[in-house]
Amino acid sequence: MATVTFIEHNGIEHSVEAEVGKSLMQIALDNLVPGIDADCGGECSCATCHIMVKAEWLEKVGSPSDAEDSMLDLNPEREANSRLACQIEVGEIHDGLTVDLPEFQF
Amino acid sequence: MSEATVLQMIDYEAKNVALEDIDVSQRELWVQDRKWDYFARLRDEAPVHFCKDSEFGPYWSVTRFADIMEVEANWQSFSSDPAITIIDPEEDFPLPMFIAMDPPKHDEQRMTVQGSVAPKNLKNMESTIRGRVQKVLDGLPVGKQFNWVEKVSIELTTQMLATLFDFPFEDRSKLTRWSDVATGGPETGIVESEEQRQEELLECLAYFTNLWEERAKKGLSNDLISMLAHGDATQDMSPQEYLGNLILLIVGGNDTTRNSMTGGVLALNQNPGEYAKLRNDPTVIPSMVSEIIRWQTPLAHMRRKATKDYVLGGKTINAGDKVVMWYISGNRDERAIDKPNEFIIDRDRARQHLSFGFGIHRCMGNRLAEMQIKILWEEIQKRFHMVEVIGDPVLVPSNFVHGFTDLQVVVHTH
Repeated sequence: MATVTFIEHNGIEHSVEAEVGKSLMQIALDNLVPGIDADCGGECSCATCHIMVKAEWLEKVGSPSDAEDSMLDLNPEREANSRLACQIEVGEIHDGLTVDLPEFQF
Repeated sequence: MSEATVLQMIDYEAKNVALEDIDVSQRELWVQDRKWDYFARLRDEAPVHFCKDSEFGPYWSVTRFADIMEVEANWQSFSSDPAITIIDPEEDFPLPMFIAMDPPKHDEQRMTVQGSVAPKNLKNMESTIRGRVQKVLDGLPVGKQFNWVEKVSIELTTQMLATLFDFPFEDRSKLTRWSDVATGGPETGIVESEEQRQEELLECLAYFTNLWEERAKKGLSNDLISMLAHGDATQDMSPQEYLGNLILLIVGGNDTTRNSMTGGVLALNQNPGEYAKLRNDPTVIPSMVSEIIRWQTPLAHMRRKATKDYVLGGKTINAGDKVVMWYISGNRDERAIDKPNEFIIDRDRARQHLSFGFGIHRCMGNRLAEMQIKILWEEIQKRFHMVEVIGDPVLVPSNFVHGFTDLQVVVHTH
């Protein structure tokens, strides 16, 4: 298990126990974290599980694939640390991971 | 191919036609709303199906949810160039538009305009939209029969479009006309000939060229024309490309939401238990909006062209083949959606439908569409006990725009 924290746009924090091997999107849905729509169900095809990874975690989380990159590009509010939660598989090394949620999903 | 030799699907039950003869593109199936059994049969027996001959030439039908997702996600193998509907572009009248382009050009042009309907902007539009919805609903003749399509759906979506373009408000009915003309050829009765269609579209171009010139002279503002006139990827477009992109934005913002606004009224009338649910609990509206959009699927399909040989569902699609993704079928696929043939306004995972498409061409205005329909129903519920459908709807004669030209209703106050 790993603990991950989602911070809503209004500052409300949700720290949840994450099952290793699941995607960050699924973990958010399993724990009823608001603000992740996941319209395509985790296929990297809608960009409605947009999150921003805290700077200190960027290295451990890694960078987006080309497919993820083109989906992120659809969002005019993309940031340098933007990722799609469905494309991040949570492992033991992510214990303590913290991500910000955008005000809106595109 | 003569008319006489073509097997007309409308004359048969879906179960009695040989699989290889099935052609779901035939207009009569759509006019008479008889496509459902054909799609159900294809999903079960030939989910990736080749139709060797049709009014639109040979084409593949992809009818299951998961297969459609696979095609959507793979723009490298399934190109959107040169067109995204089953009908091929007119050779002497090409209309390039970014939805019918591949990366990188698609991305550059789309990025120029997508900010206009980004959620942040929508927040500012909400009160304008609500005010207009209130005005339109308050002007309806209570207790008297009228056409909901004309008085509500078209009126509201056209007003919205005029705002997005900063288009002269008093001329806004032109937008509705151009939207209809763009998607309907002579066979639909909307125009009398292809020449007339092109003439009207050139009038559209001339009108918008004036707006372009006016906006180009001023600084960048938040309307779509200004964004196109100032955008690096769009300011040097040819007139045909400007027209193509205008049509994309007009149809995208008009024909779609219009038909979901009407389709919701019809679906609730056909499902009185769901209408009762809505009356008892208006907080169900956001979920109902997604369900209406799934149920209606206002654009029935999108088309791709295979760029290489590709095996999908065990069938080999050859490079160059036309591939039609039938969203309307995928949205009724029980392999992906629980009880897909039931209209359930509070269903689980209501947002997981195909109506907005997926992948890089996913609908740009999806959040605006949802917001307009949500506000419409919030305001309807404040005023009316029931929007009652009287008689049968008249459908658009198209296998692309899945919607209505007429839905007679009577509104009843609380």
